[in-house]
Amino acid sequence: MPTVSVKRDLLFEALGQKYTDEEFDELCFEFGLELDEITSEKEILIREQGGEKAEGASDVVLYKIDVPANRYDLLCLEGLVRGLQVFKEKLEAPRYKRVSPADGGEPQRLVITEETASVRPHAVAAVLRNITFTQERYESFIELQEKLHQNICRKRTLVAIGTHDLDTISGPFTYTAKPPGEIRFKPLSQSREYTAAELMSLYKTDSHLRHYLHIIENEPLYPIIYDSNGIVLSMPPIINGDHSKISLNTKNIFIECTATDLTKAKITLDMVVTMFSVYCDEPFTVEEAEVVYPDGRLSVYPELAYRTETLSGDFINKRVGINESAESIAQLLTRMCLRSEVSGEGDLIQVEIPPTRADVIHACDIMEDAAIAYGFNNIVRSTPRTYTVANQCSEEDIADKLRKNITETRAVHISNPKTADFQVARTSLLPGLLKTIAANRKMPLPLKLFEISDVVLKDETKDVGARNNRRLCAVYYNKSPGFEVIHGLLDRVMQLLDVKPGRNQGYHIQAAEDSTFFPGRCAEIFSCGKSIGHLGVLHPDVISRFELTMPCSAIDIDIEPFL
Amino acid sequence: MADNGLLESVLRLVEKVDGGTDSQDVAADLGVDHQVIVGAVKSLQALGEVISAEQKSSRHWELTGEGREIAEQGSHEARVFNAIPDEGLPQNQLMKMPSGKVGFSKAMSNKWIRLDKAHEGGPRVFKTVEAIEDTVRDKLQLVQKGQSAKLEDKEKNELKKLQCYWTVKSYWITKGSSFSTTITKQETELTPEMIASGSWKEKKFKPYNFEAMGVAPDCGHLHPLMKVRTQFRQIFLEMGFTEMPTNNFIESSFWNFDSLFQPQQHPARDQHDTFFISDPALAHEFPQDYLERVKKVHSEGGYGSQGYKYDWKIEEAQKNLLRTHTTAVSARMLYKLAQQKFTPVKYFSIDRVFRNETLDATHLAEFHQIEGVVADYGLTLGNLMGILHQFFTKLGITKLRFKPAYNPYTEPSMEVFSYHEGLKKWVEVGNSGVFRPEMLLPMGLPEGVSVIAWGLSLERPTMIKYGINNIRELVGHKVNLQMVYDSPICRLDS
Repeated sequence: MPTVSVKRDLLFEALGQKYTDEEFDELCFEFGLELDEITSEKEILIREQGGEKAEGASDVVLYKIDVPANRYDLLCLEGLVRGLQVFKEKLEAPRYKRVSPADGGEPQRLVITEETASVRPHAVAAVLRNITFTQERYESFIELQEKLHQNICRKRTLVAIGTHDLDTISGPFTYTAKPPGEIRFKPLSQSREYTAAELMSLYKTDSHLRHYLHIIENEPLYPIIYDSNGIVLSMPPIINGDHSKISLNTKNIFIECTATDLTKAKITLDMVVTMFSVYCDEPFTVEEAEVVYPDGRLSVYPELAYRTETLSGDFINKRVGINESAESIAQLLTRMCLRSEVSGEGDLIQVEIPPTRADVIHACDIMEDAAIAYGFNNIVRSTPRTYTVANQCSEEDIADKLRKNITETRAVHISNPKTADFQVARTSLLPGLLKTIAANRKMPLPLKLFEISDVVLKDETKDVGARNNRRLCAVYYNKSPGFEVIHGLLDRVMQLLDVKPGRNQGYHIQAAEDSTFFPGRCAEIFSCGKSIGHLGVLHPDVISRFELTMPCSAIDIDIEPFL
Repeated sequence: MADNGLLESVLRLVEKVDGGTDSQDVAADLGVDHQVIVGAVKSLQALGEVISAEQKSSRHWELTGEGREIAEQGSHEARVFNAIPDEGLPQNQLMKMPSGKVGFSKAMSNKWIRLDKAHEGGPRVFKTVEAIEDTVRDKLQLVQKGQSAKLEDKEKNELKKLQCYWTVKSYWITKGSSFSTTITKQETELTPEMIASGSWKEKKFKPYNFEAMGVAPDCGHLHPLMKVRTQFRQIFLEMGFTEMPTNNFIESSFWNFDSLFQPQQHPARDQHDTFFISDPALAHEFPQDYLERVKKVHSEGGYGSQGYKYDWKIEEAQKNLLRTHTTAVSARMLYKLAQQKFTPVKYFSIDRVFRNETLDATHLAEFHQIEGVVADYGLTLGNLMGILHQFFTKLGITKLRFKPAYNPYTEPSMEVFSYHEGLKKWVEVGNSGVFRPEMLLPMGLPEGVSVIAWGLSLERPTMIKYGINNIRELVGHKVNLQMVYDSPICRLDS
């Protein structure tokens, strides 16, 4: 869940209202946000780096707010405020408009060459005209890009955003891909030019950028965007050029998003422009840009698409469990930035999904928003009349599980284990019990432990190639081995399972060799003529390997035949 | 137990005094160690109301090791003084004495001795007085005799290093209601012979000590996690839920994610969040037509959905993993349900799931997920809240509220909060939601059917219930067996 950090006073100023921490927490809860922490830059520094470093840091109160992972429209102060204001009916959701350049000028154009196909084939672009930044707005603009990069852009693998001072460059722009040796430019916050190859090694130690290098590192061609004079705008998804960097004084911004996933690129671009067009001279308008594909196709961005869905008030009422008129449902939805109107036909409601709400992909998403606006906690709680009879789990297909010799089975391997102890899924319960004894050596003897649980075995006949096997394992740890105790346990378990001693229909044990057990002190257990496991005195080597000192006997059986 | 002779001697002493006597005085009178008398008092107490003994403690001064040495051999300065012959002693030789350093400076400040630095053959020490009075020794001897009361507080203070307080626990012994100076042997237990002969009528029986613990029964102990699990199973069964077979830790990405409409680029499908299997790496069998429908709803939409509009890959769906939630099992069960004529179902499961999480005091890479699922026509969000209310009421939690949340496969999604009386705040106790149509319709479930579900972990309520702060003490081989032995049965509603 992404966390957005906003200055409290700035937030309240934008909301036009002051709240106590509790009141704001309550509002968040209702809206599906979580006021995770109330802190300040100073406090964060003290916690992370100690008091000295925090000297002179700002103690302006910060709210850290957890935002649902699909609500990209709430990832910055501007979006949060807009969402909450509309929710509180203090503001009408703005209409975002794509416009042509003023005075009939030509739109900016980004031409994609075919070399990009192998590394990062998609790009979209847009222009924000006559924007006015302040320090806070500028910081928020940078922060939003970072938040989008971490979330919808999946750490820049799917989409990377580049923002440029349009007045420093001149179109048309070319998005191409070149061998790293042939790319040379001065990157953001560096004082000289580097080749792309040099940059990759320079950023190896950069705490922030090194995480993105792998995306293109092993590609023969790196993505690169030039302006008509050959100035580098950016080398996505790693770094922008220094030449076109934006500042507090930037008035016109060229935004490009390069991507491996076009849908996500469009959403990302829509998010950046809808959030920050509020600061344009003509708020909520975005100047279009053209993108030309290698096959000559031309697309105009940003899409800023509005979609209309029609659904009935009855649908919402029935799914949520409320009884509201179509008019009031339309009003509820409008509070969630989904401008809605009763269509006049029965109880049908026309719901307009704005470009900021890419998370709404189905009527059920609209239904949820109606429920949130209604207030989850205002919904009457009712018991479903679903009639069912309870059953406990019994494993039906026992027959086919009785088959294979346990010793032939192989373990299932984990490809990304956390520690050396967890490289395979366990095939036996015995090591766990022995480790438990080792960790509890201070306890009085004897120690008698058991576990009934699942182990995992490879099994070609299963769709995933592996299956669980339910086992019973018990150990007796004392000054004498206590084979008779473990044997007695087997007899008791069989008695409870109603399996009689006997060679054919019952169970019996017979001498066997198994490297886990002491020679001559191990027996194989048979039930209905089939081997189900072993019991015996553990081999001294096994005992010492688990750092144990006393004799120990154990039983390990497959209990699936009895389930 | 003390022998009867001693016991009777004690009783005779007690008989002589009115109003009782102190066990220390008894020890002094009988000339035995005080601890022996303490033992005798306990034995007499065990005989019934022969005596009554009240424990009291008194403080005494006692000498430390050094103090005792001084009381016997004299103070350091006195020993130094006595060691110096009339013709004096070289200083270095004096310093070699055990008491040399301390004694020298003390004797100097007492002006008992003098140092001639200019003496030929090195500095030499001479006596300045004929005889001395070793008051330190005298005072300590008083303490040793138990007569420290004769010393003034100031003097006691000066001697602080050489003595210490000693607390002595003694008994004030008085006659009991059945006081007698002779000891009658008491029987410990009723025997078959006594019953047969009737001799029990004449016997005195030793009283039981009802303060002592009984003998621990020889029995097994269930792990707290299993006890809580049993309670949860019971609750589900009471509510008419059927248990799902969850014996498949290894799952394909298809059932764990794709079938739940969780897109292939979702962060949960990252190596950082999920354990993937290298052997067997891929699942090889899927219901083919269902797989096609899943692919379509992800990549193009359908069933009223826009879809995620990305390039869905079978290779990603084939990847085997350790299941990250039991909802993978719910998906298999719902798919199975969709292949027959629809009947409403209520399912539950409690089993292990695995996540590649950062390990800390409350998180392990594996835990148990508790999950409940209801499928029927026309289920509402209000129904989900109602059933959650019933479920949590059975756990003893009645104050619930719901927060809108996001989950890729449920819409609406709600986090369940309960009011914690101890913490005086709302805490999250579970997650819930209505499964998305994009998950249910491709399975073949009828259009009007809604499926509501909720989940929580088994470890968290268990840790709260049994007051365990570190999950490693609960789960895994570092479990504290004493905790397992001692933990009470699980009653979730109290």
